[in-house]
Amino acid sequence: MTDTAPRELPLQELDEVIIRFAGDSGDGMQLTGDQFTSISAALGNDLATLPEFPAEIRAPQGTLAGVSAFQVRISDFAITTPGDAPTVLVAMNPAALKAQLHNVVQGGAIIVNTDAFNERNLEKAGYDSNPLEDGSLDGYRSYPVPMSQITRDAVAEHGVKPRDAERSKNFFALGLISWMYTRPIEPTMEFISTKFRGKELVIKANEAAFYAGYNFGETAELFESHYEIKPAELPSGEYTNINGNTAISWGCIAAGQLAQLPIFLGSYPITPASDILHDLSALKHFGARTFQAEDEIAAAASAIGAAFGGALAFTTTSGPGIALKGEGLGLAVSLELPLVIIDIQRGGPSTGLPTKPEQADLMMAMYGRHSESPMPIVAPRSPADCFNATIEACRIALRYRTPVMLLSDGYLATSSEPWLLPDVEDLPDIGVEFHTGYNGTNEDGEGIFLPYLRDPETLARPWAIPGTPDLMHRIGGIEKEDGSGNISYDPENHQKMVDLRAAKIEAVDVPDAEISGDSDADFCMLGWGSTWGAIDAALARLQKAGKKVAHIHLTHLNPLPKNLGELLSSFDKVICPEMNAGQLVNLIRAKYLIDVKPVNKMNGVPFTTAEIESAALEAMDAS
Amino acid sequence: MTDTPTRTEPADWATDQEVRWCPGCGDYSILTAMRMLMPELEVDREKTVFVSGIGCAARFPYYMNTYGMHGIHGRAPAIATGLAMARPDLDIWVIGGDGDMMSIGGNHLIHALRRNVNIKILLFNNMIYGLTKGQFSPTSEVGKVTKSSPMGSLDTPFNPMSLVLGAEASFVARTHDMDRQHMMDMFRRAHEHKGAAIVEVFQNCNVFNDGAWEGITKKQNRDANLITLEHGKPVRFGADDEFGVMVENGAAKVVSVADVGEAAILVHDENKADPSTAFMLSRLSRGPFEPTPIGVFRAIERIEYASSSTTQLAMAHNDKGSADLAELLRSRGTWQV
Repeated sequence: MTDTAPRELPLQELDEVIIRFAGDSGDGMQLTGDQFTSISAALGNDLATLPEFPAEIRAPQGTLAGVSAFQVRISDFAITTPGDAPTVLVAMNPAALKAQLHNVVQGGAIIVNTDAFNERNLEKAGYDSNPLEDGSLDGYRSYPVPMSQITRDAVAEHGVKPRDAERSKNFFALGLISWMYTRPIEPTMEFISTKFRGKELVIKANEAAFYAGYNFGETAELFESHYEIKPAELPSGEYTNINGNTAISWGCIAAGQLAQLPIFLGSYPITPASDILHDLSALKHFGARTFQAEDEIAAAASAIGAAFGGALAFTTTSGPGIALKGEGLGLAVSLELPLVIIDIQRGGPSTGLPTKPEQADLMMAMYGRHSESPMPIVAPRSPADCFNATIEACRIALRYRTPVMLLSDGYLATSSEPWLLPDVEDLPDIGVEFHTGYNGTNEDGEGIFLPYLRDPETLARPWAIPGTPDLMHRIGGIEKEDGSGNISYDPENHQKMVDLRAAKIEAVDVPDAEISGDSDADFCMLGWGSTWGAIDAALARLQKAGKKVAHIHLTHLNPLPKNLGELLSSFDKVICPEMNAGQLVNLIRAKYLIDVKPVNKMNGVPFTTAEIESAALEAMDAS
Repeated sequence: MTDTPTRTEPADWATDQEVRWCPGCGDYSILTAMRMLMPELEVDREKTVFVSGIGCAARFPYYMNTYGMHGIHGRAPAIATGLAMARPDLDIWVIGGDGDMMSIGGNHLIHALRRNVNIKILLFNNMIYGLTKGQFSPTSEVGKVTKSSPMGSLDTPFNPMSLVLGAEASFVARTHDMDRQHMMDMFRRAHEHKGAAIVEVFQNCNVFNDGAWEGITKKQNRDANLITLEHGKPVRFGADDEFGVMVENGAAKVVSVADVGEAAILVHDENKADPSTAFMLSRLSRGPFEPTPIGVFRAIERIEYASSSTTQLAMAHNDKGSADLAELLRSRGTWQV
């Protein structure tokens, strides 16, 4: 540090920056990233985030396994992904550097906490020599900063114990980055005083650390300039920053209001779906009734019970939980009651990679139940789209009286983006009427209720809930007679019921698939779910390079849009990037006999734009 | 929906469905007891729901002219929990056998009981798997020879009363299929209880385990082997009440009243907060060949789950105000572009 007066540094304008904060799980990197995101959102930048954390609550300190990271991309133009590779890495210790350096673009900025690069930490990270001194950072712009020491010095005057002093160093890093990217100070001060309300010492320490970082940037003769990223040109309106799981929770609340039904969630905690249970449990004033069940099976079963009682019922989980719920979902198919099953897909099989995304539950959503038990599937494409997709899943469930699978994943669940808030008045009416009167007559001409007499248009059966006079009826998992719903083992009736259940789902009204990009292209990229951002960004790059490319992205996986076969057959080549071994490809090949080429990735990390771009170029070149 | 229940007759509670249990099955007498009890409870058919799992007993809902759901094996308590939470206004009965409730559904049973959800669980215990044709069940005695245990079963059985007392059940009772009035009394008591109630019904499977309970339920054996628990009364039995139950060294045992004196006989207190005495009574008999208590083992007051969840919703509504969706969407901070 020097004692010179603040320097006049050149202000350089950037169109975007991708920053990755990386440190130990206990270093507060998620909080730092979140706060930087909030300030940037308020400045009007477009943004996308990608948190990455270990499955362990506190992995051994200083080890590679314990590294927690948060990537945020901010830009002055519209973006759909958190970016392929960070241009700036903030590494709080050797493990963070080692785990993340390979991701950083050549020539990128590496800001390291030099105080953490002692022998013990280097050894824990598996470094034979100090990367700050052995040339490992050649080719990057490295900025060594003694963050721990300066933080300790800065907070000492407030009487913080030396042992606790260093805990504020994430705010030092936030201060430094805030200076580098000319972010305002006030929002972070407000954040600190709200977040740590009642803990005066912590507030003072964090404020001091933040200012120390901010001033360090300004005074240390280390940085050659600082940067500005102008607001992005986004559609005007009111925005909030939202991640996928919150968008689903709010979608559940919205759907309940739109359908004028009380909502019920039966759930068993599982990563990365638990946040929906947490969110809805905190929204009891919206009438959200949550039930933390004894297991996944009971979670699904309780939701079925609630649906029978007339609630808009949900059950949330991730892959292994879907396997356990399978039996209950078979019952829901047979009972023909509305139910929304939310699967936040993660790496598998079995426990797999609990905190990493995958899209490999598609076949299970489609076929993962005993016998013929068709179920509509809806997949959101971005964090904010989780809100709309949840309402759409509820619409289908209610209108057709069927369980519906909502397939999100760990990437959408935790990453966030700005969301142009919808006008609540414009949201669709998804309400349905309970059945309240007789719908048939017996041989004596008396009114009777036939619980499986279907609506001729939707093939949905009437939803008559307990408490409705005269309509007492029994439903169950045993095959039912068409119409009466009485137990029936009649062979022809069973064939008829199997056919009816299939026909009902096949006829679910699903919007036509749309082409983005060049509709007259010979080449198409087909995707579903969370790959949308990367495919869309790749499309833009390919078009910029003069290629003609189309992109079709599916929200409805079952039934597929009616025009999909025709659309796909208009292209010479179709590739399908998905985070599985080719599950949508198999569905498309089986249904349309179109030889879609798989582009697969299953390493727990979402597709980068570059990966899809190169896969597309390769496929275009191949004969 | 009416506030004053319409007067009904037992026949009003029957459906037009042919009852398909084996002729002579104990389930028939339980069904009759239930249909006869319903008019006495003065409840509405449309506000009554029977939920079941899988097994012979689980066909019960089809025969009651109420709302009903024949669910999946073992899951009835979980289904009923969701229904009770969504609809605290309903009377919900859960019907299952010993395989359904004690084996595949054991987990759901104990959790429904500890939560004290307002559901009334009838456990039809015949100590055998019926619908799958005669395998040993979790209540079958050790050494039971069946098709799946030709050399005798190795499994120590559950004692259902001990199990549910351990699961914090707030209402625990037992009855048998040979005594309609006693069944009706126990079902009525279960219905009156606020919270989860479980009634074990000794039920005869005349095809796969015929006479299993005869040692205590047959008329000529009742005096010697059936102990009827009554609240506030000494626990005595025998043709002339010559036997009684006393507690000694942390266990209940059968004694001759003449030997120990009347004052030494246990006075039954079903409202006792501590379940230890009820547990001792549940351990009195090792099987249907020695004196076995029936009646209400335990009936205590404890916070009911579904209504408590409703209370929390109301409290949250009072604390946080109206449920404005537009406000919710703005609750994490917004900015204008």
